[in-house]
Amino acid sequence: MSVAPPGGRRAPTLALTGILKRFGPTLALDDAGVVIRPGTVHALLGENGAGKSTLMRIAFGLLAPDAGTITLDGRPVHFASAAAALAAGLGMVQQHFSLVPAMTVAENVALGGRGRFDAARAAAVVRRIGEATGLGLDPGARVGELAVHAQQRVEIVKALARDAAVLILDEPTAVLAPAEAHEVLGWVRRFAEGGGSIVLITHKLADALAVADDLTVLRRGRVVRSAQRATWSHDALVAAMLGEVPEGPAVAPSVRPPGDEVLALEGVTYADARGVVRVEDVSASVRAGEVVGIAAVEGSGQHELLRLLAGRLAPTRGLVRRPATVGFVPEDRHRDAILLDAPLRENVALRGLGAARGRMPWEALRARTRELMARFDVRGPGPEAPARALSGGNQQKLVLARELDPPPPALVVENPTRGLDLRATDAVLGRLREARDQGLAVVFYSSDIDEVLAVSDRVLAMHDGRLVASDATRESVGRAMLGATP
Amino acid sequence: MDPQDPGGRRLMADALTGFLEAAVRTATPLAFAAMGETIAERAGVINVGLEGCVMAGAFGALVAAGAGGVGAGFATSAVAGAALAALFALCVVRLGTDQIITGTAMTLLGLGGTGALYRTWYGAGGAALSVPTAGPMAVPGLSKLPVVGPAFFSQPVVTYLAALLVPVLWWFLYRTHAGLALRAVGEAPEAARAAGVATARLRTLAVVAGGALGGLAGGTLVLAQAGTFAEGMSAGRGFVAIAIVVLGRWHPVGAALGALVFGAATALQFLIQAMGWTLPYQLFLALPYVLTLGALALARGRGRPPAALGQASG
Amino acid sequence: MTRHRWTGRLLLIAATGGVAALLLLAIVALAGYDAPRALGALAGGAFGSLDAVLSGTLVRATPLVLAGLAVTLAFRAGVLNIGAEGQLLAGAAAATAAGLAVTGPGPLPLVSALTAGIAGGAVVAGVAAWLRARFGVLDVISTLMLNSVAQFVVAWLVRGPLQEPLRIYPQSASLAAAARLPVLVPGSRLHLGWLMAVVLAGVGSWWLARTAAGFRLRATGLNPLAAASAGGVATGRVTAWAFVGSGMLAGLAGAVEVTGVTYALYENLSPGYGFTAIAVALLAGLEPVLVIATGLVFGALEAGASAMQRDAGVPSVLVAVVEALVILLLVLAERGRQAGWWTRRTPEAAG
Repeated sequence: MSVAPPGGRRAPTLALTGILKRFGPTLALDDAGVVIRPGTVHALLGENGAGKSTLMRIAFGLLAPDAGTITLDGRPVHFASAAAALAAGLGMVQQHFSLVPAMTVAENVALGGRGRFDAARAAAVVRRIGEATGLGLDPGARVGELAVHAQQRVEIVKALARDAAVLILDEPTAVLAPAEAHEVLGWVRRFAEGGGSIVLITHKLADALAVADDLTVLRRGRVVRSAQRATWSHDALVAAMLGEVPEGPAVAPSVRPPGDEVLALEGVTYADARGVVRVEDVSASVRAGEVVGIAAVEGSGQHELLRLLAGRLAPTRGLVRRPATVGFVPEDRHRDAILLDAPLRENVALRGLGAARGRMPWEALRARTRELMARFDVRGPGPEAPARALSGGNQQKLVLARELDPPPPALVVENPTRGLDLRATDAVLGRLREARDQGLAVVFYSSDIDEVLAVSDRVLAMHDGRLVASDATRESVGRAMLGATP
Repeated sequence: MDPQDPGGRRLMADALTGFLEAAVRTATPLAFAAMGETIAERAGVINVGLEGCVMAGAFGALVAAGAGGVGAGFATSAVAGAALAALFALCVVRLGTDQIITGTAMTLLGLGGTGALYRTWYGAGGAALSVPTAGPMAVPGLSKLPVVGPAFFSQPVVTYLAALLVPVLWWFLYRTHAGLALRAVGEAPEAARAAGVATARLRTLAVVAGGALGGLAGGTLVLAQAGTFAEGMSAGRGFVAIAIVVLGRWHPVGAALGALVFGAATALQFLIQAMGWTLPYQLFLALPYVLTLGALALARGRGRPPAALGQASG
Repeated sequence: MTRHRWTGRLLLIAATGGVAALLLLAIVALAGYDAPRALGALAGGAFGSLDAVLSGTLVRATPLVLAGLAVTLAFRAGVLNIGAEGQLLAGAAAATAAGLAVTGPGPLPLVSALTAGIAGGAVVAGVAAWLRARFGVLDVISTLMLNSVAQFVVAWLVRGPLQEPLRIYPQSASLAAAARLPVLVPGSRLHLGWLMAVVLAGVGSWWLARTAAGFRLRATGLNPLAAASAGGVATGRVTAWAFVGSGMLAGLAGAVEVTGVTYALYENLSPGYGFTAIAVALLAGLEPVLVIATGLVFGALEAGASAMQRDAGVPSVLVAVVEALVILLLVLAERGRQAGWWTRRTPEAAG
């Protein structure tokens, strides 16, 4: 009944044990491990930041572990690069595709080979794999012009063309429409039945339960439980992913009732440059003196939603009501918020620069920077030091200080604690609460759901570009953002 | 013109032959340089120091041809161009310096270095130094064709070599995995690396090969055209090559055709002078550049430069 | 505030000037020339007498400072304008045309010539700015093309519309006295252009550091995304104007060269001032006031090299080699600073 995997290679048993990985002060993986049995689909589940992608990037040679071992059929292996992992029969389709947009499907699939390149033969390989697997593609199509699900196919075909027998798929259905997702999952099943192995990194419980033979749940870098499908229930998965539900109300109460509406979205839809709808028909309102938290898994449209609220993106359809100035703390501060090589004084002066006229009041700005540094506990050599000289936490505090002083009517904050140590995280979150108490309308997104719950007065769960109704409890929010039916 | 006048007609035919011959002759070094730059730019490196490579090649040809003849001259010109390009690649690919500024330094180095060496080794440039040259090689049969015969088939060997290089380069870029990888490195180095391509090595090789062809362009100037060396004799051909690459849309065939366009503009100058017309031929020389800018502005889709062109990522 | 940084940079400039001179002499000695004699000629040509300083070094430094300011302005805004050479030529041509055409009272011919020069440079840079804004054409490629176009147009002008009345030489007629820049120090060749360059450098530094528009330009150059997102700066407009402003300065350099030194338009008016200007700007750390110092260093080097060629038979083109090495050392130093090659910082310095 089973067909051989396209490459004809039998999948080895891939085992990772005792994996430890640090990123700066944070421990991303703590004694984590997983065993992938040949001919199975293994779902790897966990919330954002649980460490599932990190674990598999280590398996594929993209990251080096700080400790731990990887074995193939019991033999220890060490992949110094993705190329080495490819040669050993591993393949990985990452969330962000590694494709050359200007080239054709056949060229992308053939990339990395040696000797003569025969476009016709490369096309034949694409067609042959397409026929064997149902992953049909036009070999001559330019990859940049393909839809996202077709680009994903290219990535899978690329791995199969190299005889990958163990294929790691990182959130393969996150960017797909339901019918497309269904198709991919069907293929995943068939591939395993043909003798290949699949690691399915996902946060979609239904997907995992539908196709996986084994399921492993990670939380905060540790394996919570790893067992066969039969032993798992939907509720057991949710419990394992979310951990112990804390006692009492999760949401911090505001000191005073919220005031008038400051930010509002009415039927807002946003499609990106490629026409993909990121935010769909969202209506929401944020009032003065409240923190509205956004809970969502990566790629659910929260990135765009926050920019729509902050006035950094214009909606495709619908109405955004917002004050003239909205403070904005973007996720990637080095890219979007600061001038690394300019002094702190100038980074503070950046706010409102577009409308500034005449001479810059540098003396006053220097004094203001010094004052902000003291008030917001920004530790650094002084207003004339370049932003580069500050640690990440202090850079973030400076950005927050700039956006909060003088206080704007509204503040939009995106993942402000990413990469910060515990102390800096507390300081940043404390500032948000303070801002709320001063009467600002605050919108707060963090990929850490506990952080969202700890800071917010209200939580909006977002799934697949839409807001999903939920109670403000951890369990309810967790389920809503995972797309689980309550 | 009187159609009954055979003398007039022959004059026209001679002028046309002369024009075509000059166009192909002046296009030859441009084609070498432009194909070299095509290779480098396809790998994502814009080498504005190509002018320096052309000069290095010209000087190398002078030195070696005097001692070892024409063949040694050509070989040395390629090596000299490659050597300068290797220095450029070391800075740009390995050390990650800015491509444009480093390239500008290479141009100055090539121009100044050859000028200084020339004056030092060969005196203040009073005596016109002459070197052995590659004379025209008539292709049997074809060179007897009217008008086009003398123009296309009675050229120095290097011209045929340049013509031969077009399909070879095309084959390399589009029919080998190395060529495929090279193009991928210029478009999306991260994706290429993920597919197991040694991006830095490939970029280095592409730049060095491009420099070798730039050097060959200089060798052609000395050994197949001028028969001597002069300071700054590259006269901006390295920059012209960058224009040609744009006009030729980063394709070897386009580079060859673009070189012919620029060659024709130059040849038109000779024609205008020879015919005694008082046309502002300098404007004809400027025309291909304007054309290039227009082509660049109107380019759509495939006419775009490699996406990673000029970016530091190795 | 920034004074102490300038001091450090000035030391670097002086050191680089010294190193450049040493490099030059080392090459000279290696090539078998009479090094002491070459050194004497080099120093004498650059600083040997008041006239060497005024008519040699300062006169040569003038176009370098102006073109260096042009490059500085563009680079600070993140615009890779390597077309100062073409913009300079366009400025020289426009200035010549206006200076020859306009006759009038007092300084009118001169003012017309300088204004036309500025406009000429602005037009050429404006084309590149438009191509960038409208079609996304790379600055480097467009400005390189326009360099060549400008060169050929000048070649045509000096044989065509602007050729001298006898139509023998490929050059324009000489500008009348009223269209020439006044001499600053009687008896020398030092002209008002030097003063203009110095004043513009000072104004440039003040403008960049002190005004909102100057800060917008710097912020755009440092990080256009942050300038747009955090500062609400219209970065597209800022870069376009910086491009045009850069062209105006380069055009002025050409106009000053014509009205202050050559008094006529030649084909080889510029021995690559526009390219040397890149070295001038980089060595100054893209700080306008310091461009005066680096312009002087390169001006002295070129004046000295001319003397070296005249008196010791050493080819003056060696200066180009030295310039190239200086640029290389500077980009490597800059890259090393960015990548932290020579500062092994302890991880996570301040918490």
